[in-house]
Amino acid sequence: MNRLMERYLKTDALPTLFCPGCGNGIVQNAAIAAVDRLGMRQDIACVSGIGCSSWIPCYFAMDVMHTTHGRALAFATGLKLARPEKEVLVFTGDGDCMAIGGNHLLHACRRNIDMCVIMVNNYIYGMTGGQKSPATPYGLTTKTSPWGSYDEPLQGAELAMDLGATYAARWTTAHPAQLSKSIEAGIKHKGFAFIEVISQCPTQSGKELYGTRDAAKIVQYFKENSWSYKHGVKPPEGKIVVGVLRHDNDKGEFTEKMLEKQKAVQSSRSRKKGGEGQ
Amino acid sequence: MKISVDNVRCKGCGICIGVCPKKVFERSKKRNSYGSPMPEPARAGECIGCRLCEQMCPDAAINVEEEARAPERKQKKQDAEEE
Repeated sequence: MNRLMERYLKTDALPTLFCPGCGNGIVQNAAIAAVDRLGMRQDIACVSGIGCSSWIPCYFAMDVMHTTHGRALAFATGLKLARPEKEVLVFTGDGDCMAIGGNHLLHACRRNIDMCVIMVNNYIYGMTGGQKSPATPYGLTTKTSPWGSYDEPLQGAELAMDLGATYAARWTTAHPAQLSKSIEAGIKHKGFAFIEVISQCPTQSGKELYGTRDAAKIVQYFKENSWSYKHGVKPPEGKIVVGVLRHDNDKGEFTEKMLEKQKAVQSSRSRKKGGEGQ
Repeated sequence: MKISVDNVRCKGCGICIGVCPKKVFERSKKRNSYGSPMPEPARAGECIGCRLCEQMCPDAAINVEEEARAPERKQKKQDAEEE
């Protein structure tokens, strides 16, 4: 077994419940490498919702909270407000984050609260048998869309950017080193960091989406069909836009603002009390 | 480079065979604990140590260690000291 992973994973809980060739393992490796480089094992708290991708942090020998469906961001907001010194790392899936937890995503982005969200997007609900999710591409045949999906898909990273996230990036599982660096930057970033990872689900969507159940071929497809983001250049059609889409530090962070407000209110109250006493 | 594949952790997905830039891995007749054919570092001598297989293995079954170089360096250091 890999030496680095041996130090960070609960070896007695292995093997993971992921299918052979699942992209979640690659995201797991990238996240662990980022945490190891930062040397912040004790300062990071992981939160996840429900779904295949939400099982990623459950194998970490770190602080982990496995919460209810779609509410990972709500729990993470609570955790960050109660313990502002912790760095919160959220693992979620496309259904968990954009369908059931869509409302929480909206408000976490709007507040610009300091956390790093890794959304593993495999275009379907993998755990429950391959149903259609909000990210399912147009025309894809799934268990709940046997005649092809006929509504427009959501683009996770662009959605978060529009809602006000100050760090937004998209990578695929064919870019493990870049993804790891992006997670590192997301943890360090003061504000809401949203990282979308296009992942493969060879079991449920491999045949319909990529024409093969071979994970190695799907990874090769990602490599050939991704396009590096360049600001102001229109991406070619049918390509996956990868790269850091936004990174700015201008917007104020929510917990800092809250603590400032708390201090101001407390000092004004104590002044008032002092005034009454005289 | 010393490449080892853990037969308990490996699920036999074959990602390592596809991603290796030097095509070091090959599917062997050896079976892992799941009963599927395991990859084998058939051309370990060609490994350039990029560690892409380590990063891409979803089950953290592959370990790449720089073994051959370390003793050589030690030997060179000793030789230099002796001189």
